[in-house]
Amino acid sequence: MSKQRWFSTSWSDTGLHPGIIVVAVFLIAYPWFTSDFFTFQIGAYSLILATIALSLMMLAGYGGMISLAQLTAAGLAGYTVAILGENSVGVMGLGWPWWLTVIIAISFAAIFSSFVGAISVRTEGIYTIMITLAIAVAFFFFVRQNYVIFNGFTGFAGVEPPTLFGIYWRNPTPFYYLTLVIAALSLAAVFYISRSTFGLTLQAIRDNPRRMRSLGFNVPFHRIFAYFLSGIIAGTAGVLLVWFNGRISPGSIGVDVVIDILVIAVVGGLRHPIGPFLGAIAFVLLENFAIDLIDRERFNTVIGLAFLLIVLFSPDGMLGLWHRLRNKFRTARENRMAMNGVNQIDPHSQESFDNP
Amino acid sequence: MLKILKKMSLVVALIAFSTGAMAQDTIKMGALATLEGAFAALGEDSLRGVQMALAEFGNSAGGKNIELITGSSDASPDSAIRAARKLVEQDGIQVLVGPLSGSEGLAIKDYAKTQPNVTFLNGSSAAQDTTLRESAENFFRFSTEGAQWMAGLGEYAYNEKGYRTVAVLAEDYSFPYTQVFGFLEPFCRLGGKAPLDARFWVPIGNKDYSSVIAALPDDVDAIYVALGGADAINFLTQYEQAGGDAPLIAGSITVDQSVLGSKGPTRKFVVGTPSAGPISDTWDNPNWNAFVAAYQEQFPDGFPSPSLFAHAYYINTKAALLGLEAVGGDLSDGGAALRAALSALEFDTPTGMVKLDERRNAIADIFLTEVIEGPDGNLVNKTISVTKGVSQTFGLPYEEFLKYGQVSRENPSCE
Repeated sequence: MSKQRWFSTSWSDTGLHPGIIVVAVFLIAYPWFTSDFFTFQIGAYSLILATIALSLMMLAGYGGMISLAQLTAAGLAGYTVAILGENSVGVMGLGWPWWLTVIIAISFAAIFSSFVGAISVRTEGIYTIMITLAIAVAFFFFVRQNYVIFNGFTGFAGVEPPTLFGIYWRNPTPFYYLTLVIAALSLAAVFYISRSTFGLTLQAIRDNPRRMRSLGFNVPFHRIFAYFLSGIIAGTAGVLLVWFNGRISPGSIGVDVVIDILVIAVVGGLRHPIGPFLGAIAFVLLENFAIDLIDRERFNTVIGLAFLLIVLFSPDGMLGLWHRLRNKFRTARENRMAMNGVNQIDPHSQESFDNP
Repeated sequence: MLKILKKMSLVVALIAFSTGAMAQDTIKMGALATLEGAFAALGEDSLRGVQMALAEFGNSAGGKNIELITGSSDASPDSAIRAARKLVEQDGIQVLVGPLSGSEGLAIKDYAKTQPNVTFLNGSSAAQDTTLRESAENFFRFSTEGAQWMAGLGEYAYNEKGYRTVAVLAEDYSFPYTQVFGFLEPFCRLGGKAPLDARFWVPIGNKDYSSVIAALPDDVDAIYVALGGADAINFLTQYEQAGGDAPLIAGSITVDQSVLGSKGPTRKFVVGTPSAGPISDTWDNPNWNAFVAAYQEQFPDGFPSPSLFAHAYYINTKAALLGLEAVGGDLSDGGAALRAALSALEFDTPTGMVKLDERRNAIADIFLTEVIEGPDGNLVNKTISVTKGVSQTFGLPYEEFLKYGQVSRENPSCE
């Protein structure tokens, strides 16, 4: 198991589906035909939440480890930016250059995530969830009561992204493109990891850790390394999140938000990296517009019901719903073709990650 | 995959384009309150205040209809900003009333600076710095703030009650800091003491006060308590059970109807507790009585009497409507005329006359109250005195007042 071979893989079998190109063109053209509100608060915010949920999907989908501390890693990165960079609160705000704070922030998130992994690595299922939830809650209470470094309940405000190349990066369109690039890179990275030697080993460990151990693989180390990688993704999204809000406080990383991230990942679908993105779009649209659909005292019920229905009818989330519909359509078409005497096999119908 | 996204883009584009054309005889007003989380009940009551003001004006001002759009936050600044952004940038409101809590107010004030054509009126948020430092030109607060609410209480505790040393127990965030400052500043100026090691700061939602109660010093004359809602009930119950007998002095939301209406042995124990705030349940005044009667008639399922949140939202909404009347509903200049009208506005509220100072913060009357047992056995706040025209700087010049420094756990030091 030399290090170089860990990530060896080939891209040859990933011919670009025309759908991907259409989606990419749509996402790039998106700011041109929508309002600033849709670009910034729907578009960019969905992408940030999706990237955090993606780091959870990577752990849960490939490693079988549901960590509720991903938002905490992102929050730690956000806090680091506010503490080492500049803020308007008058606590900390050391004024370091932005690139240094960003690098340190993401490193902290990765180290923190590895630490979470090291603690929870020997647990399974519900116990992993409980340990990581405990860490998330502990961090929430810690930052709320620590005034010297984290400025307690108030947290930090006035955190600004840098002005680079004459562009103020919190303007809706530049910020949208920034999040789009980060999200796309993260997505590509997760795809790549999933097909690398490391990713395949991780998936094998998910399916049968005992066998992998007896084959001589270091199971805890692989898992911790997965936490490390997901920490990098979560930390990057955390930096974007603090730039997006311009502020961070304990409320930004509270238990309800932790659960939101889990909801996004589960509702989107945990089996494919695109799932969190679908989940995040649905979540952000509902969060913003449910209050317009129904009486304001009941709109949270609408959000809850929508997610309940999705999970009820498709345990794989929105992604599973889509695959099931597609398969139904395909089977119908194949049946029709068979009846017409066409002896033709659709090569795509043998793709593996479809249905339970 | 592809088709889902295609459809989604269509929906998104439809929503984005459908909000362009609007009838010109309608003014969109946003109301932002905490309809989620720990303060949800208070948020609902605050919207009752908005509805009362709108009903009073028949949902129109300056000849234009008012369309109310509601936004919800969960009391965190992030969610308040997101909700405000949706109301302003997506729904296209021109006037916003809100938010409810202190830290949200600080965040909305910062957001207001980025939206100079929208007029922001405070809801009930009562942190000092929302208007005192780096105020926004288009943010108005016709309700008063936490330090103003304490007007008269420090003097009353020192002179009338004869307390010389107090312990402090409060929640650990900007609003209680503001309240503690408002109480201690006059109390300590008169010669009172509040040692730093007898100040206890607990997180919101704290359930167990036994360690605090054990650490309360014996040699204090009274305990100043600034806790809200369930926190206040928990502390009072536990302090009573622990055999505590020190008299209490209460913050503005510590002995309100939600606490006094609770069942249990704490009831007798809080009789005689002085407090101060922007409203007094039992103030015998025709305007106030009419306000309470209107509230009870419009909302039979509301609180027995309007909370200070309903009151604050009512006053701010009414100010917005009066301002719109004054400019004939004309916002074509980006609301500049409306903001000029608001700055000069002076009007009669259920709790007396209100006007603004030069930083657009209210100067209004504050009530000093004391808990008594009412005729039918329930606890109510009796009005002891009304302090007229309390300003944010306690009547001092602005520059002078700034020398007191920002409110915090240790301000004033009172040694």
